[in-house]
Amino acid sequence: MVDRILGRGRDGKDARDGRDAREGKDGGDARDAHDEAPASQTPEEAKAAVWNRVQLARNLRRPRILEILAVIADEFVELHGDRLFGDDEAIVAGFARIDGHRVAVIGQQKGADTEENVRRSFGMPHPEGYRKAMRIMELAERSGLPVVTFVDVPGAHPGPESEERGIAEAIARSVGLMTRLRTPIVTVITGEGGSGGALAIAVGDVVLALENAVYSVISPEGCASILWRTRDEAPTAALAMKMTAADQQALGVVDQVIEEPADGAHTDHEETGRRIKVAILRELDRLAAIPVDLLVEQRYRRYRSLGAYTELTGPAPTPTVPPRGGLADRLRGLIEAGQRAMPAPLQVGRRHEPPAREDV
Amino acid sequence: MPMKFPSFRSRRESFPEKMWTRCPSCEEQLFNKQLERSMNVCPSCGHHFRLPAPVRLGQLLDEGSFEERDSGLVSVDVLGFVDQKAYPDRLVAAGLATGLRDAAVWGFGRIDGQPIAILVMDFGFMGGSMGAVVGEKVARAAEGALAAHVPLVIVSASGGARMQEGTLALMQLAKTMAALERLRAAHVPYVSIMSDPTTGGVFASYAAMGDINLAEPNALIGFAGARVGADTIGQELPPGFQRAEFLFRHGFVDRIVPRPDLRRELAQVLRYLVPSWQEASRG
Repeated sequence: MVDRILGRGRDGKDARDGRDAREGKDGGDARDAHDEAPASQTPEEAKAAVWNRVQLARNLRRPRILEILAVIADEFVELHGDRLFGDDEAIVAGFARIDGHRVAVIGQQKGADTEENVRRSFGMPHPEGYRKAMRIMELAERSGLPVVTFVDVPGAHPGPESEERGIAEAIARSVGLMTRLRTPIVTVITGEGGSGGALAIAVGDVVLALENAVYSVISPEGCASILWRTRDEAPTAALAMKMTAADQQALGVVDQVIEEPADGAHTDHEETGRRIKVAILRELDRLAAIPVDLLVEQRYRRYRSLGAYTELTGPAPTPTVPPRGGLADRLRGLIEAGQRAMPAPLQVGRRHEPPAREDV
Repeated sequence: MPMKFPSFRSRRESFPEKMWTRCPSCEEQLFNKQLERSMNVCPSCGHHFRLPAPVRLGQLLDEGSFEERDSGLVSVDVLGFVDQKAYPDRLVAAGLATGLRDAAVWGFGRIDGQPIAILVMDFGFMGGSMGAVVGEKVARAAEGALAAHVPLVIVSASGGARMQEGTLALMQLAKTMAALERLRAAHVPYVSIMSDPTTGGVFASYAAMGDINLAEPNALIGFAGARVGADTIGQELPPGFQRAEFLFRHGFVDRIVPRPDLRRELAQVLRYLVPSWQEASRG
């Protein structure tokens, strides 16, 4: 199974290298230093490599939306408030001009020091943050502005106030809105892609990720404490979840990986910004040429086809009647089902075609 | 070589079934037959036991009206995920425990004569977690409801997204919401019923987004696991936090409905929802 994943991982990386070559980028030494070696790598080394990336993704000096806009935008007008409750500074939103393109921008922002971090809830948005984001997205749709989002969040705020004001409803509504928004959406995962709090502003026509960004369904610490019963196994969980940008590209969740400067994005905001800008402008130009109906349909199909499953034929279990067979029959049936399921061809990352309904 | 299995009779047949269940809430010993008659609600304290999907379908739908769809869908272990157990082994064990292939069952049925598309989750299958199969079934149920022009009803019971499928499980939030947005645009009604528990990614996608949200009494409903929340912010959680009544008080649930009334109340709201959209689609 590991070979299977590695195999696809290498394919993904080849594509990425090809793109970089076209852009004439200097890969730098960091890439070689960070890149997972192929099959020869021991599990411990692989774990350390992934954990190193998680630390890079969480580096406090990593550029977030405000630092990135400072490099790439000619102009930035921040807009505040969700018109319902308040203004959440964990999410920054507004208008920006990037190389002459007028766009709406949205992203999570952590603080540079403790005082700012308290003000920005350590970059963990409350519902009003996502409701502000939705307000700006709808405004962008009406104004014909593309939306560019910058994702870097440990997760949505998990506290009682967040629950009271409906964090789940805000995330669900924002995700739903983005699946149907009638304007191009470019998403860049710049640091931590932390679960629903990330996805709420990360449903895009194209999803880019910085090389050391990570994306996961739950924090590695949370995953480890549930499945391994100790947070100490977080690096093991991080490896198991395949959360690095390159792995996410192989899974089809991320479309392109943007190389970081030699020692990581936090060491060179200028160069990181320049590379992000090149990628964003290329995607904005490409998406602008697609009629909006087709754009929304393609986005629907992108998300409609993510996820791997297969379909078994044979007598379907009839759930209204509990299975009557003996345990041995059920065991046999299920194990055969499991055996059939495991080596089945993957349906991951298949785009622009409906999911297979036929038997595999 | 196919594996050979010893032939033995199921334990269920050779021994008398467990006859008593202890209520986790009031610790009363309940006779199983009595519990079944009371729709798996404790007669002494009103505790709502979690329901297997087939039992839930039996309680809500007109007898014999359920036609299952897409029963053959099974998850594929894309990540090669191994924690203390390999993911495929967990799937097999969950299948053995529940008789299901994944944590959701969907199909068409009738409630009080009204045709509906219905999806029911089963917490017994890996904590009702949402992976590719659950997400796909929710999307197909929404598309099925849209094509047949019948209301969609979803009964949630889930700990959230399935960690063993990584971000592909997270992407099911987008998949299900995309399908529900199309349903909404076509004016086809959707009723979400939240049972114990409805948390994480399931609550943060389709469960929270019903045109009508119903919840069973005292069901755990929340976004962040209480442990995650307490760990991250180091704050004491208020009593009754993340229970159905908490959600109700804060305006995210229309009605809290005890299980014995659920079928009747569901049929009642559907009678209001259906004429309006049928006329809209004709007009």
